[in-house]
Amino acid sequence: MSEKKAPYELPIGPIHPALKEPINFTFTMNGEVIESVDFAPGRAHRGIEWMGMRRNPVQILHLCDRICGICGVHHALAFAQAVEQIAAIEVPERAYYVRTIIAELERIQSHILWAGVAAHELGFDTLFYLAWQIREESIDVIEYITGNRVNYGIIMLGGTRRDITPEMFPRIEQALQYYEGLLEKMINLFLNDKTIAMRCKNTGILSKRRALELGTVGPTSRASGLAMDVRIDSPYAAYGDIDFEMVLPDVYSNETNGDVYDRIVVRIFEIRQSIDIIRQCLKQMPQGPVLAEEKYAKLLMNLKKTAGEAFARVEAPRGEDMHYVRMNGKQEPPEMWKVKASTYSNQMAWIEILQGEQIADIPIIVASIDPCMSCTDRVAVVDTEGTVGVLTKEHLHRLSVEKTRRLMA
Amino acid sequence: MRASMTPHELADHFVQKFGSQVSNVHVKEWCEGVQKRPQKTVWMTIPREILTDAVAELISIDYPHLGVIAAADNGEMIDLLYHLQVFFGGKHEEICVVFIVQLPKSDPHVPTISHLIPGAVYSEREKQDMIGVIVDGIPDGRRIFLPDDFPEEVYPWRKDEKGIPNSMIKELWKVGRPTDRPAPPVSTPEPTENPQTKSNPEVQSGGAA
Repeated sequence: MSEKKAPYELPIGPIHPALKEPINFTFTMNGEVIESVDFAPGRAHRGIEWMGMRRNPVQILHLCDRICGICGVHHALAFAQAVEQIAAIEVPERAYYVRTIIAELERIQSHILWAGVAAHELGFDTLFYLAWQIREESIDVIEYITGNRVNYGIIMLGGTRRDITPEMFPRIEQALQYYEGLLEKMINLFLNDKTIAMRCKNTGILSKRRALELGTVGPTSRASGLAMDVRIDSPYAAYGDIDFEMVLPDVYSNETNGDVYDRIVVRIFEIRQSIDIIRQCLKQMPQGPVLAEEKYAKLLMNLKKTAGEAFARVEAPRGEDMHYVRMNGKQEPPEMWKVKASTYSNQMAWIEILQGEQIADIPIIVASIDPCMSCTDRVAVVDTEGTVGVLTKEHLHRLSVEKTRRLMA
Repeated sequence: MRASMTPHELADHFVQKFGSQVSNVHVKEWCEGVQKRPQKTVWMTIPREILTDAVAELISIDYPHLGVIAAADNGEMIDLLYHLQVFFGGKHEEICVVFIVQLPKSDPHVPTISHLIPGAVYSEREKQDMIGVIVDGIPDGRRIFLPDDFPEEVYPWRKDEKGIPNSMIKELWKVGRPTDRPAPPVSTPEPTENPQTKSNPEVQSGGAA
């Protein structure tokens, strides 16, 4: 065999079981240690923005639901807010509360999904099964409200398509109590576990300064101690009426390290925060309709004549999600539609947090920012790259599991 | 309190500092919810020559979070919209700042801001891919979202002759079934008697969404 000289290159992806979604990494390795990282996104391109610029705003709204299978409602919400700003549509107050409740239920299911994936990456599969089992309850209640488990289709320009009536409150309350009862157990299982602490503490560290400079968002930046949450900074929907505080790692421990462990802390405690927000929404919900204009044809006629531009931002489960829309008043489709998903901002952090770590830590560190490729990759037309020298199936995941076993022995 | 100035003071600050070079300065507020707490955005148009100075000036006020660089083809020019936020972290204190830089299509050069905000590289690479601006001094000028074999001088967001040509669009509905496979078995449906449709042929099914 020919001798390999350090450093050598290790390509991973675009299709790789440890990654969950397609992206291409190139690691420059020195033995077991990562010297530098490069990544190439763009493997899940569907050209959604290009498609959108040839469709009317109501059609785009339902396209937004399909940008991502996990945080779809936040994309629809951001797009609706942008169009409402341009056309100065007065959304009924009750609709803001319906939107907030759905958005928070989505956050619960997304964070639990992520917690399960994180446990799986560490080789803690019993916890993975437990997390995904309890996630079902939030999807069931979303289905009860919207009629769908994914792609809810509840947001409409100028409000929502369905109301949450008082008869539905007991079912929602039942779900909230279910999660409240499990919260202590989840905190105990994730945060007091010796193995998880060994693998996650001081792994993948992102300092507060770098989190700011690299423009990270959401739980990734909050775990580094950077206080930033669109729901509190620039309140939208009903968040301005609700009393809640930002979740930073110091809710659990006194120190903020910005490591993988802190990212788990932030996400687990945000589930508790979401329960609280939904409770307050149910209590304060004003009466009235939930949709400003029920006749779609009239709505589209008005939008066709509207000109203007707007940025709308929401706090998706993974962080700030931003839509830019420009309409010129001459045509039905918007002149420009740009989607900035949360992972778009967080990906730059990979280069920082993977440096100096070991191969076996790649899966958990990559997963720790909760990456979502389908959100980030939307724009190109064709994709024909083959894979070269990819690590064998499940090899990387096996390495991670082996490391856990070594540490436990 | 994190915020040291109001949106109007921030706008005035830039007008004082850069004078007539800043144009079309306005503050937009948008309120949602019952209590109508405002989301505040300061919009201004600046020439590309002062872009780095303007970003540096904003950094001297408060280090901003770069949300995104959006872009639009408005027919004659390419608009780049730098969306930055300052004073986040306090309650309802954040101010968004949008710098609009207009570039002529014949000379679409813009200076990089990645030496001031390292995270900007990602968005700048995307703008080179998608709308064909040239970012001078970008530390990493490779393609980001488009594949390596994507044709040169084609930019998906352009509305002119450099946009996606019709030859690159694959209309799925036109493709039809593949010809190199056996046809699927087709069973003839059993004739069923439906007395309701027979007796009321006039009645249309309610197809309304």
